[in-house]
Amino acid sequence: MRRGVHLAAPLVPAAVALGASFGVLARTAHFDVVATVLMSATTFAGSAQVAAVSVLGAGGGVAAAVVAALLLNARYAPIGISVAHGFRGHVARRFAESQLVVDESWALSGGGTPGFDRPVLLGVGATLWFAWVGGTAVGALLGQAIGDPSAFGLDGAFTALFVALLAAQLRDRRRVAAAVVGAAIAALLTPFVPSGVPIVAATAAVLVGWRRT
Amino acid sequence: MSAAWEAVIAVGAGTVVLKAVGPVGVAGRRLPARVNDLLTMVAPAILAGLVVTEAFASGRSLVFDARVAGLGAGVIAVLLRAPLWAVVVAGAAATALVRLLS
Repeated sequence: MRRGVHLAAPLVPAAVALGASFGVLARTAHFDVVATVLMSATTFAGSAQVAAVSVLGAGGGVAAAVVAALLLNARYAPIGISVAHGFRGHVARRFAESQLVVDESWALSGGGTPGFDRPVLLGVGATLWFAWVGGTAVGALLGQAIGDPSAFGLDGAFTALFVALLAAQLRDRRRVAAAVVGAAIAALLTPFVPSGVPIVAATAAVLVGWRRT
Repeated sequence: MSAAWEAVIAVGAGTVVLKAVGPVGVAGRRLPARVNDLLTMVAPAILAGLVVTEAFASGRSLVFDARVAGLGAGVIAVLLRAPLWAVVVAGAAATALVRLLS
């Protein structure tokens, strides 16, 4: 577990900064401070949280926001299954530990490989959880003092974040195809449907892989 | 209840369940390879959709504004293999700069 904390250390500044950015963003989308921090503590998945808040902030409905966020987090089902064999003990313990599964903790602990190391996953996950929730609290509390976040390019920061997360996903031709088709669907639908729906509809892009699987 | 609270509760509860499925419920079994395969394509499809809407959408119109600079800076930073924090800072700085100058 200590090795996990050590491995996560370089990610802490980014997690705090992104958490703070999320906190500011959520406040501008009319989330109160408690709701903002609670979301980071329970959901603990940056892209899904930003997606939900962005949809609501852009005037989209709750259903679109929730569906977009949960589709983004749907990957945690197969990710969790890929490491399920490493979790032991009582149900309550496995449940609590499973909440520390995030992309970074999964990747740094060798998730999906024979060398999967559960204590490393827990160390990375716990470290990032404190950084993410702490950063969120700072952003949520200082958000109003900071003023209009767009002056600091906060929207551009999240655009860049999604580019980086997307780039990390593009590991084979099928995932590149899914990304290209997903982007096209979102762009084509934006003028015609409420905010949030284009992002949900983008998941139809997985069908490009249907025949080839 | 406000829309924000509804979203916080629904997204939080849903995510907690999604994360728990494997370690709590599956123990040993695996999803069919075909399902697993399609699920790996969900994240890139959604993230690409998010890049497009975050960079270009303004309500129901597609616009070119300062966020495009953030997108460009982010892509360049990723291509240069910059660490995540640097990619995000580049996106914010480029967007803020263009907004300041325009």
